[in-house]
This record gives sequence, structure tokens and C-alpha cells, in this order.
Amino acid sequence: MDIKVNVRESEGDAYVVDLTGEIDVYTSPKVKDAITELIDREHYNLVINLEKVRYIDSTGLGVLIGGLKRVREHGGSVNLVCTNPQIKKIFDITGLVKIFGIFDDEQSAMKALA
Amino acid sequence: MNPAPATTRSHGIVRLEIPARAEWVAVARLAVAAVASRHHFSVEDIEDLKLAVAESCTNAIQHGPPDGTIAIVCELDADGIVVTVRDRGQGPPLGAVAEERIGEAGRTEELGVFLIRALMDTVEYTSDVRDGTQLVMSKRVSE
Repeated sequence: MDIKVNVRESEGDAYVVDLTGEIDVYTSPKVKDAITELIDREHYNLVINLEKVRYIDSTGLGVLIGGLKRVREHGGSVNLVCTNPQIKKIFDITGLVKIFGIFDDEQSAMKALA
Repeated sequence: MNPAPATTRSHGIVRLEIPARAEWVAVARLAVAAVASRHHFSVEDIEDLKLAVAESCTNAIQHGPPDGTIAIVCELDADGIVVTVRDRGQGPPLGAVAEERIGEAGRTEELGVFLIRALMDTVEYTSDVRDGTQLVMSKRVSE
């Protein structure tokens, strides 16, 4: 089990983090490192693409929450792209749908950052 | 020399023991999913079960001794599955977590507990210094 992380610059100052695989207690530090590095470089508008993520646990959610908290301190935002019904269900039952913008495609997530 | 099998199955009971380390949690959740697939659980129920077991193991790793192990016992019965996760650590108190607090950063431990309670039908938790922590949780096959 592993997670692949790809970071790419998008429109304006926004960055997209593409994740592929499973985010759990073992792999979430790798995701955290990627997000932390972006924020440390003062990139505060992020789209995290979970379309190719098959599984996420509380440690993965914690990484996303931590990232969101940090970018908000600088007036930024984190939007998510997620179509996996099981993962959407996890965001729903934890109430995280209320704090993240969750979109079906990257274009919509980018547009909402603006 | 033939190594002992990782799991032993007897009368619908499967036992698994993993090192209490992060890289082994995936093994636990996949093993429990495989056991559950012997029953008539939906794909969604199996995903719920995988996550609940993984969260239990993560708690054990975070609160147990660094060189410890986690014992997982799955018992299938006519109604569904009962999973027991046991370790030598002192787990977090599994009190109810208010939903409005979930989104607070840094509360991922409580988030894990919240998920276990939300995804399983029953959850029983015991913890003491001598015997460690035991979580017994069940899920019924959906009608």
C-alpha cells in the first residue's frame, strides 16, 4: 500500500496536489509533507485531488484539516476533488463537508478558489 | 522450516496478530475485509468495517508500547461479524465526540473514535493497566 503525490502549479497562485492510492496512518506523513512544503513556500490556495484515492482514514483527514487550518490563517483555502462515494460518505458523517469545499471535478474546485 | 500461517480459522473464527506499527495496519484491514467477504456484506459495509478496524489499530499504535503487537479476532455468526482488537496499551477514552468538534484541527484521534462508533453497530471498550485495551465491535449484515 502506498500513496503517490504529485504537486503541480495551476492558475494564478493555486497549486494542485494529485493523490493516488490509500491514505492511512502509514502513508499520510507523505501527504502532510507535500502540503506543508507548499504552505511553507507561501502557497495558500490549494486543490487536493482525491479522485484516485481509494481509501482515507482519520489520519488522512487530520492532514487535510491541518492544511486547511494553516492556509486559512493566511486567507487561503483548500478545496477537494472527490467522487468516490465511500470517501464522500466519510466526509459527510464526520461533518467535514461543512468545512471543506468538495467538488466533482478539478475545474469547479479551482473556480471556487477564486 | 514452514512458517506458521498468519491466520487460523476455526468454526468461523479468524485470529490475526500484527506488529503495532503503521505499515501493518493495511494488512489488518484487508484481512478483516477478506473475512467479511465470506458473509453477505455489501461492498459499503465491508468498507465501513475496514475503516473501523484500521482506526482501532491506529489507536493501538498511538497508545501502545512501540514494540507491541495488536491481536485481531474476527468471528462470523448468522447475523454478521464481531471483531475484537486487543493491545497492551492504554487507549484513549472512547467517549462520545460532539459532531461540531470534529472539524477542529488536531482532533484526529477523536475523529478515529467517532468513525468507529458511526460505522459499526455496536462498540464495547475496556482498558486497564494490567490487561491493556480491548475493543469489541460488531456489524450486522444489512437486510
